[in-house]
Amino acid sequence: MSAFSLAVSRTSCGVSPKIIRSTCKLLSNDGHSATNVEKKFHRRSCCILNVRRLYSSQPHHPKVPQQPTWEAVPEDQLPPPAQIPADLVDKLERLALVDFRTKQGLECLEKAIRFADQLHVVDTTGVEPMDSVLEDRALYLRGDTVKEGDCAEELLQLSKKTVEEYFVAPPGNIPLPRREERAAMLKHSEL
Amino acid sequence: MLSLTLKEVSLALREGRISPTELCKKCLNRIKKTQHLNAYITVTEELALKQAQQSETRLLQGVPKGPLDGIPFAVKDNFCTKDIKTTCASKMLKDYTPPYNATMVQKLLDQGAILMGKTNMDEFAMGAGSTDGTFGPVKNPWSYAAPYREQTGAVQDSDWVITGGSSGGSAAAVASLTSYLALGSDTGGSTRNPGALCGVVALKPTYGLLSRHGLIPLVNSMDVPGILTRSVNDAAIALGILQGLDVRDSTTVPAPSSLAELPENFDVKNICVGIPKEYHAPGLSEETLAQWSRVADLFERAGAQVKQVSLPHTQYSIVCYHVLCHAEVASNMARFDGLEYGHRSETDSSTEAMYASTRHEGFNDVVRGRILSGNYFLLKQNYQHYFVKAQKVRRLIADDFRNVFSSGVDVLLTPTTLADAACYQDFTQEDNRTRSAQEDVFTQPSNMAGLPAVSVPTALSRRGLPIGLQLVGPALHDKKLLSVAQWMEQRVGFPSISDSDYSRESRNDPRMTKREQTSAV
Repeated sequence: MSAFSLAVSRTSCGVSPKIIRSTCKLLSNDGHSATNVEKKFHRRSCCILNVRRLYSSQPHHPKVPQQPTWEAVPEDQLPPPAQIPADLVDKLERLALVDFRTKQGLECLEKAIRFADQLHVVDTTGVEPMDSVLEDRALYLRGDTVKEGDCAEELLQLSKKTVEEYFVAPPGNIPLPRREERAAMLKHSEL
Repeated sequence: MLSLTLKEVSLALREGRISPTELCKKCLNRIKKTQHLNAYITVTEELALKQAQQSETRLLQGVPKGPLDGIPFAVKDNFCTKDIKTTCASKMLKDYTPPYNATMVQKLLDQGAILMGKTNMDEFAMGAGSTDGTFGPVKNPWSYAAPYREQTGAVQDSDWVITGGSSGGSAAAVASLTSYLALGSDTGGSTRNPGALCGVVALKPTYGLLSRHGLIPLVNSMDVPGILTRSVNDAAIALGILQGLDVRDSTTVPAPSSLAELPENFDVKNICVGIPKEYHAPGLSEETLAQWSRVADLFERAGAQVKQVSLPHTQYSIVCYHVLCHAEVASNMARFDGLEYGHRSETDSSTEAMYASTRHEGFNDVVRGRILSGNYFLLKQNYQHYFVKAQKVRRLIADDFRNVFSSGVDVLLTPTTLADAACYQDFTQEDNRTRSAQEDVFTQPSNMAGLPAVSVPTALSRRGLPIGLQLVGPALHDKKLLSVAQWMEQRVGFPSISDSDYSRESRNDPRMTKREQTSAV
């Protein structure tokens, strides 16, 4: 199973190099014979003990908090969970042009909305929305002249269906079928 | 030779200790040997050998194009590569071959670097495990390295751990020594997360410093190309070559300096390191905490000022990210309709039916889920309540950083991830949304604020797996950030995977008995 071996290739100090060195010692002894197993196991337990000691005896830096400094927003501080009525499901599927496929798909949306609801705990009175981190500068604009192009054929080649220099779509202005028919259609089209 | 850094191998090439062709063949060979990692979707063997030949000619004539001439690199499969498939690990783009190169790819090719292949990822970069792509999950190379096998007694093939994501293939490529440099992308931590879990340096530069032309967009207001290497100085070399204005991407900003190499002996005495207290989040592992504390100590003992600071809105950052990400995803994914490129369904009863079927067939559950919730957040009745609200919270998060940096802090030191890499079997117990919320908790705030951040491999955990720490700096101070990162790298003593005995690989040897496997860790 030994796909790699480890080599300490950098200068080292502090805690982890000790751990690494013990690991490497173990490694240098990977003699593949079954009789080695017991001895190695013994060594390994020493090594783990060693690791524990190193971690627990390391004095904790006072500037790094020892305990988590926050916890998830409790449920009772959140607004009531959003309801997703059937007509909204239908609307979303039409807008997004993807389907929920299963009940889990809908549950996934409900969870995503619930997660987002935590935003409402934050006071944003008087705060301007931020679209881009580059909002404080003028972005580069090139001159309004054609620099490249003439690659229609190259692009058309990427399409599955073309006639002359046109992309070909099936008949338009036909709304998606209703939900049940749609499900049947998509099931049929499963890869 | 394979375990050298980019800088070292560049020197070896120049001094003629190895030729680009030999090096390329070694890497290709190693890619074959590490195929079980599933790090690459496409290996560009023929092209690589051809490029290596050309590089060899240049080096023999003494006219290399630059420090990267002859150096093998890998690219995440969401960067367009001319005449090479670019799939985003999705059925939607399974057969898509772009007619152009992304600017990042073109810049590396212009330097004479050699493209080894396109790396695996989560579908459309949506995920934090590299477990949700259509070509299957990526395995962390450390799963097969001795420390993990030793410490955990892992013998089953199913004991492998994830790479993190979504740029898991790129991180695995650099960690398993098949490439010296890899491009990833980073929207909420997709470069730094796998970098930390695979024990490689992972840089997310300042937003706008690197061009995104040809990077298939996920979240336009946060996406940046990421750099994965084996040393901080290598990341600096790559950044120096890749950064700067691109006429094809209006969101690029001019580079503040032509970034040469980092100073070898950087003095941290005049540096102020901030420890944001909110980064001790629920679920932070004891070992990651211990490393965070140890490195804070290293800085302090070297004379740096270490102080605790507060970024009060950190907790809401992941929530805010979640809403903005899904909303922009919903918008970006609208381009995949089957008409002009990508997968097209056979359904042809109407245009709408063809669109719906194409997207049903082409996207996985994760992508569809994000499109649906993004559309929900953008509905007329929800737009203010969720989308604009999230944009307001975003400003509060960006202001938190601004306040800390204007109070004299030079860099922030934080964990990159909550813990070391999870076993695939454990990781997939939770859904993608839950995992992303957990995994991106420390990484996405710097995407929200557009700041440079780098994950530096710090130590091996008790399980023998890498732990990384993150440094975050003010916008456009990437070079100073990397100088501090290199100082840290020089002192933490992180080991690298060496290439000496991949030949002992016994994974696929059916003759090997269980007992032998146990002892041959």
